[in-house]
Amino acid sequence: MSFGFNARGAWSIYTRELMRALRTAFQSILSPVLTTSLYFIVFGTVIGARMEPVDGVAYGAFIIPGLLMLTLLGETTSNSSFGIYMPRFTGTIYELLSAPVGVAETLIGFVGAAATKGLLLAGIILVTATFFVDYEIKYPLFAALYIMLIAASFSLFGFILGIWADGFEKLGIIPLLILTPLTFLGGTFYSIDDLPEPWNSVALANPIAFLVSGLRWTFYGTSDVPIELSLGLTLGFLVICTAIIAFIFKTGWRLRE
Amino acid sequence: MAMHEPILSIAGLTKVYSGGVRALDDVDLEIRKGEIFALLGPNGAGKTTLIGAVCGLVRPSGGVITAFGHDLSREWRAARARIGLVPQELSTDMFETVERAVSYSRGLFGHPPEKARIHEILRSLSLYEKRSAQIRELSGGMKRRVLIAKALAHEPELLFLDEPTAGVDVELRKDMWQQISALRERGTTVILTTHYIEEAEEMADRVGIIRGGKILMVDDKASMMKRLGRTEAVLQLAEPLSELPPSISAFPLELSANGRELCFRGGDGTGKGRKQVAELTKALIAAGIDFTGIDIRESSLEDIFVSLLSDQQEAAQ
Repeated sequence: MSFGFNARGAWSIYTRELMRALRTAFQSILSPVLTTSLYFIVFGTVIGARMEPVDGVAYGAFIIPGLLMLTLLGETTSNSSFGIYMPRFTGTIYELLSAPVGVAETLIGFVGAAATKGLLLAGIILVTATFFVDYEIKYPLFAALYIMLIAASFSLFGFILGIWADGFEKLGIIPLLILTPLTFLGGTFYSIDDLPEPWNSVALANPIAFLVSGLRWTFYGTSDVPIELSLGLTLGFLVICTAIIAFIFKTGWRLRE
Repeated sequence: MAMHEPILSIAGLTKVYSGGVRALDDVDLEIRKGEIFALLGPNGAGKTTLIGAVCGLVRPSGGVITAFGHDLSREWRAARARIGLVPQELSTDMFETVERAVSYSRGLFGHPPEKARIHEILRSLSLYEKRSAQIRELSGGMKRRVLIAKALAHEPELLFLDEPTAGVDVELRKDMWQQISALRERGTTVILTTHYIEEAEEMADRVGIIRGGKILMVDDKASMMKRLGRTEAVLQLAEPLSELPPSISAFPLELSANGRELCFRGGDGTGKGRKQVAELTKALIAAGIDFTGIDIRESSLEDIFVSLLSDQQEAAQ
């Protein structure tokens, strides 16, 4: 058998990771959808009804991109980090390391599956949102591509996290203590433009604000920062994460002794 | 490929862990096609590190590993596709079903998911009836078989078994030996690490002894037994002797138990010692020395192993 790229190997990892998500459907799919629905009910329907429109968008609709981003970042990062951390923790990583699969197959398998789960979740959340809020997406194709880009980038980030972590605590620290607060403070529930100085400048030091703003632009055509900047930042993040993973595989850091 | 042509060549393999521990020290080893090779050594000798270096779990600090003519540092995909590994620990996704776990392993190594082939592997390991069970529901012995099934899923030509019978009961151990023998019959080359000498003695064609990251000896089991084997006989004397009479002093003997026992240690692993013991008994009768009992035994691989390790320890001191 001649051996170049091992497509079957990548497919095996990918399908297994998706099967794992189905096996834990309550935790990986139902739970985030339920949480986001509660946000829609409380902030979108109850509180949102009393709020003024933001940048010409009804408040309930305004918060959809931010809430979507909140779920997307948390879930893709967690899924991907858990996906690679568990084999390390249980010792089943031996099989992956001894197989003819390299960085490309591993990333397509683990990161691809995490990104797919993220996209699936995003789809379910957007459908769920229609039950609570009226909204229309101005650039649906661009929105889909941007969501895919975010899902892929943070799945890569999660993969790095899963390799870096040497315990379950570390695995949870970044999504819970960094990503979630930054997303909340990144303009999920308000427009950064409405913040007075110096808070406006402080908010713009938060990279997640650029992502939320970018996604909001694809939904409603309005944003706190230019879309080019959001897109450039996301692409840059994707490239950095890919480079770090390539380095990890080259050196075997935390994978091979 | 000729029968004795090596399918795995290891030259100058060294592994120094980040803490400074030298787990492998300039190891040279060649494995022949179709053989069962037993790597013996005490805990911490470097057995698992050696396997890890070949299978891609450990990054060697130096040396060259060639498998099936492929340099593992460059053509690792082609080489790994033909190598299987059964790890020492029961490491597998316990919530996965047996069949899916084996199917996953097959796919990981680039093979299409042929159900018939997977079922054949499961049948050969008496796992077919349990194919739909979650691995966590199986007994320890069956879990170990699942690991073997996973390692065989891609039909490897070279299979590493790291302590395959560690912690399993006698019945299962013998069952495992049968499985390994069946693999050899199918043409699979097997390298197993063990510290059960009996296991190596039962199955191996060749034996390598490793300690402190160095290979002390590699030889055919039969040659090793012949070269280093001994016959030991203890004769219980009717009357104690204060010294050996000249007529039997040519035999390798010594007195023990206050002259009540005569110990013979000699011969080699070919049975020559037994003949010498027979001659000794005749000489004793001729010399009028009566004895009431005789215990005779050939040295086992374990004796050789222990003796080699203690010799090396003494040399090091």
